[in-house]
Amino acid sequence: MNTPLRRVGIAMMVMILLLMGNATYVQVIKADDYRKDDHNRQRVLLNEYSRERGQIIASDGTPLANVKGTGDSFKYQRVYTNGPAYAPVTGYYSLIYGSGGIERVEDDLLNGSDDRLFARRLSDVITGRDPKGASIQLTVDPKVQQAAYDEMTNRGFTGSVVALNPQTGAILGMVSTPSYDPNRLASHDGDEQETAWKEYTAEDGDQPTMNRAVRATYPPGSTWKVVVSAAALEEGKTKDTPLTAAGSITLPNTNTQLPNFNGTPCGGGETATLEEALARSCNTAFAELAGELGDAKLTKQAEKFGMNDNSLTMPLTVAQSTYGPVPDKAALFQSGIGQRVVEMTPMENAVIAATIANGGVRMKPYLVQKLIAPDLEVIEETKPDEAESAVSANTANTLRDMMLKSETNTGGEGRLSGVNIASKTGTAEHGVDPAAVPPHAWYIAFAPAEKPTIAVAVIVENGGDRGLGATGGKVAAPVGRAVIGAYLAGR
Amino acid sequence: MGSPVPTGEAPLSAATSTSPGLRPPTRRGTELVMLGFASALVTAALILVEANQEQALTMQIVYYGLAYMALFAVAHLAVRKWAPYADAVILPCVALLNGLGLVMIHRIDLAFEGKVIQGELYSAKAPKQVLWTAVALVLFCLVLKFVKDHRTLAKYGYTAGLVGLVALILPGILPSFIAPEINGAKIWLTFGAFSIQPGEFAKILLMVFFAAFLVSKRDLFTAAGRRFLGLDLPRARDLGPLVAAWAVGVSIMVLQKDLGSSLLFFGIVLVLLYVATERAAWVVIGLVLFSAGAIVAWKLFNHVQQRVANWVDPLATYNDAGGGYQIAQSLFGLGTGGIFGAGLGAGRPDLIPEANTDFITSAIGEELGFVGLSAMLLIYAVFALRGLRSSIAVRDSFGKLLGGGLSFALCFQVFIVVGGVTKLIPMTGITAPFLSYGGSSLLANYVLVALLLRISDAARGPKVTPKPKPQQPAIADQFTVMVERPK
Repeated sequence: MNTPLRRVGIAMMVMILLLMGNATYVQVIKADDYRKDDHNRQRVLLNEYSRERGQIIASDGTPLANVKGTGDSFKYQRVYTNGPAYAPVTGYYSLIYGSGGIERVEDDLLNGSDDRLFARRLSDVITGRDPKGASIQLTVDPKVQQAAYDEMTNRGFTGSVVALNPQTGAILGMVSTPSYDPNRLASHDGDEQETAWKEYTAEDGDQPTMNRAVRATYPPGSTWKVVVSAAALEEGKTKDTPLTAAGSITLPNTNTQLPNFNGTPCGGGETATLEEALARSCNTAFAELAGELGDAKLTKQAEKFGMNDNSLTMPLTVAQSTYGPVPDKAALFQSGIGQRVVEMTPMENAVIAATIANGGVRMKPYLVQKLIAPDLEVIEETKPDEAESAVSANTANTLRDMMLKSETNTGGEGRLSGVNIASKTGTAEHGVDPAAVPPHAWYIAFAPAEKPTIAVAVIVENGGDRGLGATGGKVAAPVGRAVIGAYLAGR
Repeated sequence: MGSPVPTGEAPLSAATSTSPGLRPPTRRGTELVMLGFASALVTAALILVEANQEQALTMQIVYYGLAYMALFAVAHLAVRKWAPYADAVILPCVALLNGLGLVMIHRIDLAFEGKVIQGELYSAKAPKQVLWTAVALVLFCLVLKFVKDHRTLAKYGYTAGLVGLVALILPGILPSFIAPEINGAKIWLTFGAFSIQPGEFAKILLMVFFAAFLVSKRDLFTAAGRRFLGLDLPRARDLGPLVAAWAVGVSIMVLQKDLGSSLLFFGIVLVLLYVATERAAWVVIGLVLFSAGAIVAWKLFNHVQQRVANWVDPLATYNDAGGGYQIAQSLFGLGTGGIFGAGLGAGRPDLIPEANTDFITSAIGEELGFVGLSAMLLIYAVFALRGLRSSIAVRDSFGKLLGGGLSFALCFQVFIVVGGVTKLIPMTGITAPFLSYGGSSLLANYVLVALLLRISDAARGPKVTPKPKPQQPAIADQFTVMVERPK
């Protein structure tokens, strides 16, 4: 009987070897696939929770997101020092509801699993240190961010503010209101998380978790006239080119009237110059100008400013801003005043302002300044990236002068003394019956005009506190000026 | 060192007996040292779990470790007294596996502490399992004490067979108030708060029966039938026992929906037949029968189809009721653990349903990694192969068959459960010997160990002579003396 017993022994060894071979396949070869499977998110998140997550800090070193040790099985809890003001930037980090913002897009670095941290992780295993995540230093300037957030919330506005450094594309501030408190979503109390999440994502609520700066698109209204002017100047027109000064025109092939604001003529004469038309924001002039330039040229100019680009990440994904397609001549006329076929994010409008401020060169916006390893060594630093030249330097200079005039013509409070701001306001109609819905108020600007260091875009949804009588100048401009003031005062 | 205990039974063959003065080493000292090592490992594992789960580290843990050591010291003393020549490696392997199981069960307890599951507050399983371990060790000692010679078991072969068969089938045919269907399998008998899984014991009883039966009827099965494709086919009427075993296996599958036990049972019978007859034809016929049964079962039964579908692609059936969620979570756990594991107490094995019973090896694989899982498999391998070695060394056919069957059963059970949780084969609910939570499984497996030790004791011990008979020199060597004729 010993021979068959020995064979049974071999069979037993084969069974154990098969099990070990299969374990190798599951735990070594396929391990990464299983670890990263979507269904496994819960386990990975739970593992991440017990690791010391990296910090998110502002450009001046102010901590925005930190961790505190807890006595429970998760070990660490995420803490946001000024949660609501920075929520559109930091995002949230929730056990149940996943993550958003920088917490989401830079998760691998923050939780320490990124390949760039591999050598350090290995040494952690050997030395027995607890692995830590890398920290992320943002480009956000707390003065700008705080000023923008305070301005918007003190007035109870729904909307967004984006501020850029025109020379580099660094995002100095990115605010979306109303905001939410990411601390509640990071709570280790499941009920608190659930309550907060339900409140923040309620269908009939005001969607505080939506980052309006990059996720929402609006008709740009009269701020778009800057782009139409740019196209015209690039076509050889000058700021003195005469345009119609009529108080109202009829859209081609329709009976629809397109009036100026309040139906008034554009200045005193038969015609108005391009400069005057922009300064007074005359609708009729720009509608006809758009009709004259045509769809193709406007599209080309719009795309040079970054429109119709669906691939922008900074590293948060920016929704596509669109120009066109233009179905007919009437729509082309309306597109000249930033209505109907034009939709853009506040980020894109800030990019347009920054491009003009930077002599016509469009810089790619970015939010992450540095990646800092747990041992404080800089892993990577973002270098400014030139996207393309949108307009010539001459055109940019002319546009700047025209926008200076526009600022002088704009009403509203909060003018800064001793600082020259170049700006354009917009009052964008929207909705099914635009006459009955308060318009969105826009303001794009840069300063100081001589050597711009900051460009901003402000949008206040649905007229802010002015209702149907709202204009960009009355509602959005004071916010923009205050942000510029806060930034320049600190320099 | 303890003294060899004469069994009082007649030796198998007086011709093979060696001189009683030459005693092989008992190696009991080695066993004690290894038991100490196993206890230290288990204590270290417990400390890691407590530390990673943020529990207060107190001297209490060391006392637990010492208590564990004491428990096995008792078992060690029993072996020293009643089976002094038994294999020295088997008991330490068992101690390590059982201890690791206790630590993992305790670790899952910590994860579920204070949580409400299916409307009831989760009750800790580890204290119960400790109690079961103690009871099982008592049973272990009793088996060693009262089964002085494994060959006595052969006398009760038919009784064991009958009891085993009844125990195996009983839960399947009893009404559900006494034999409820739990997790889709009808393998439990409940008496109030107390429930047992008779199939675990039936496994051993039936092995005793088959070993005894095959030894007594061995010639029958080796009788030549026809040759076909190079195989000596047995005569048709000799197929009876195999067909009966197959029928029992299929009926377990149908009545109790317990695929794992069915597979295990059938595998054991096949191996016993093969070892007893030394003819590969039995294995071939058995596998053909098994395949046919499996295919028919797959065609007929939803629960079999479901298991196969979960095996083919657990993610495809991830959200179905009874679908691939469990297997998928097991694979995620194993994958997330990777080569070195998350660390004891630092993974999330509580996400896998049944992590303290059938899926306990996934929990070990997640927290101790590929390295830990492989080490655990190797402990099983060493354990089973030591048992098999004893069976090869033992002199009687019944001992060889029973020992070989028990060793194979252990290894095959590990293959079925670990293969199931790692998606090597379809998952069939079955416990991991000594690791999984469950009293019946633990008790039965300790009986299995006691029998293996008994067989290894017989294999390694000196050949006992029943009575020191006065040595009679051969007639030819006798002095011839002249005796005076009595008057």
